[in-house]
Amino acid sequence: MKQLLLGNESVARGLWEAGVRFVSSYPGTPSTEITEFAATYPEMYAEWAPNEKVALEAALGAAVGGGRSFCGMKHVGLNVAADPLFVAGPTGVGRGMVIGVADDPGMHSSQNEQDSRHYAIAAKLPMVEPANAAECRDYTKIAYDLSEQFDTPVLLRLTTRVSHSRSPVELGERHEVEILPYEKNPGKHVMMPANAKKRHVVVEEHLRQLEEFAEVTPLNTVEENGGEIGIITAGNCWNYAKETFGKNASYIKLGLLNPLPKKLILDFAAKHPRLIVIEELDPVIENHCKTLGLTVTGKDVLPLCDEYSEELLRSRLLGIEPDFCEVGAAIPGRPPVLCPGCPHRGVFYTLQKLKLRVSGDIGCYTLGAVPPLSAIDSVYCMGASISSLHGTCKVRGEEDKYVAVIGDSTFMHSGLTGLVNVVYNGGNTTTLILDNSITGMTGHQDNPLTGKTLMGTPAPNLSLEAICAALGIPADHIRAVDPNDLAALEQVIREEVAAPCPSVVICRRPCALLKSVKKNPPIQVDADKCVGCKSCMRIGCPCISVTDKKAKIDESMCVGCGLCSQMCRFGAL
Amino acid sequence: MSKNIMIVGVGGQGTLLASKILGRAAMDSGMDVKVSEVHGMSQRGGSVVTYVRVGDEVYSPVIGRGDADVILSFEVLEAARWLPNLKNGGTLVTSTQQINPMPVIIGAAVYPEGLVDDMKALGVDVRAFDAPAIAEEAGSARAANVALIGLAADVLGFDHDVLRNAVAACVPAKALDVNLKAFDTAAALAAEAKG
Repeated sequence: MKQLLLGNESVARGLWEAGVRFVSSYPGTPSTEITEFAATYPEMYAEWAPNEKVALEAALGAAVGGGRSFCGMKHVGLNVAADPLFVAGPTGVGRGMVIGVADDPGMHSSQNEQDSRHYAIAAKLPMVEPANAAECRDYTKIAYDLSEQFDTPVLLRLTTRVSHSRSPVELGERHEVEILPYEKNPGKHVMMPANAKKRHVVVEEHLRQLEEFAEVTPLNTVEENGGEIGIITAGNCWNYAKETFGKNASYIKLGLLNPLPKKLILDFAAKHPRLIVIEELDPVIENHCKTLGLTVTGKDVLPLCDEYSEELLRSRLLGIEPDFCEVGAAIPGRPPVLCPGCPHRGVFYTLQKLKLRVSGDIGCYTLGAVPPLSAIDSVYCMGASISSLHGTCKVRGEEDKYVAVIGDSTFMHSGLTGLVNVVYNGGNTTTLILDNSITGMTGHQDNPLTGKTLMGTPAPNLSLEAICAALGIPADHIRAVDPNDLAALEQVIREEVAAPCPSVVICRRPCALLKSVKKNPPIQVDADKCVGCKSCMRIGCPCISVTDKKAKIDESMCVGCGLCSQMCRFGAL
Repeated sequence: MSKNIMIVGVGGQGTLLASKILGRAAMDSGMDVKVSEVHGMSQRGGSVVTYVRVGDEVYSPVIGRGDADVILSFEVLEAARWLPNLKNGGTLVTSTQQINPMPVIIGAAVYPEGLVDDMKALGVDVRAFDAPAIAEEAGSARAANVALIGLAADVLGFDHDVLRNAVAACVPAKALDVNLKAFDTAAALAAEAKG
């Protein structure tokens, strides 16, 4: 019987059915649930690694070690993992290895819109891309066969709409794959120049074989409906194309994204004088067609930015505009905000109050950048808060005007080396580590600081204080503080930014959404004392509003964190 | 039968459970279905939308402007925001709950008044109910999402019992009675309002 599965859930099912034994990933929207679901199957070991590079190396080791392996990440995670990615082609695997990478066209929850297909081309690895949940399971399993057939890791490319859409999936059984016997093979696995030169030749030969395979694999399908229009597409764009053109066009749906077929496309082009390439988001298939000498419609009418839709294709390719109505009133936006009771709120309020420039990082706390807190000056990529601030201060000085702000999980991901650089090269910047005891934005994943593994077993509870001390931060300048105690927080930050040495302030309070965190009764407003000064509004709490010159608390949302009470000089809250 | 249904609201309001119920009802009706969800940053109190598409063969996981048969809205401002997605002749079922977004809270924008009437004035089939109150009466305001489904029961295109069974299959066991009561009360209210 079919079940309604999330794309990511279906990938996890595919892993299980393919006999995968080892999964190592770092969470990142929209890829996270693959690994969370994988951890629910007892036959598979699954873990959160501290970052994507570690995850990919662990998965490579597992595959070379003789068991089928997987690692999952979002598109920007693949940047972090790029070093082992490029070496895993030449070394080859052993048992099959698949790297799941989820792109985010439209940037629903990302800092850029990069297209991971470029990595498949650059690292010379095969890549497959499913278009729906059923294909997520099927292609995952096929990817393992490909990986073993061509002795190479295989990239499984997903996009947000495939990862986060549910559709019916037929379930199968697990096929156990035995662990290979150990075999020492330095010529294949010691990547020094003499060996790597020989392995590069092997990679090119595999690619040549894969090009032949691309012409015949059932991953690439042709739907011939006659007619002038021939559409070449892949993944979720195929869904939009089918809705838009139906039987009024013929299609090549590419399931193997690297390498791309030549003859298949040329034969199709010979039958269809009007070729349209529809792909998210860069012109990868389009450029391939152009190198084959074909004239195609592509990015000349379709955008390079933002995700595609049926509406977009109808408009750009058929000239059909939607028929709709709307209200005349201006509809205010509803940007995401820090949750009620969020321990980050007091930190950003204080930083803004002290007029400090803030080098931010990736996580829930990036929301400290939005009004009314508006406390963050820059956010680049995971870990960059500490390292980029070091550069800024080496050029400008002014260490007492800046802080770096980074979350606990992000610090373990890639903040450590930035802090080492600060200490080693004589910087004296201040780093605030927001320790909310969980990886928040991606939906509460454990990390090396939470004392628990993905599979729920206890883990050594690493100490941030001990880590920072070991990295060379003077012990009396590693200060832990409760970020909901605004007076204490302000004093500690003032002292540490003024300190003539590198310092770390650990703002420690668990995420308010954690089930283990006890909620306090909602804050009550004493209307007699409230003068309507709106001081409480400055913390940007979604529970507070002021109507008729009196503060009002939404009791259905308030968790009684007490931050607003500390803002009120009249004792009204 | 084919139906394009959108569920819109504010992150944290329980839109995901509503889409799970509709997906289940579609599967139990033997239809093809796609349910597209929002995870990640928008869930932090932002505007969230879930698409549920049901039919013989469904490809696209999302619904564009002018393409939704039904919009189920958990909040009035969100109903107005997503109104352009409603098909000519479609139905908007909205809770009358209002939640101020941050630009309104900090005084940078105004929450428009009379949005439900504005939408009715456009000739839209708007069915507005106090969903949390209906749920509260059934035992818990948390069942507002199921109450909304009950309010829309006659326009979602599913057999009434299939829909009710889907509710029963998707809600936590300990909240089963409350949710079924909310569903039944809401469905009866909607039928009564329709006359």
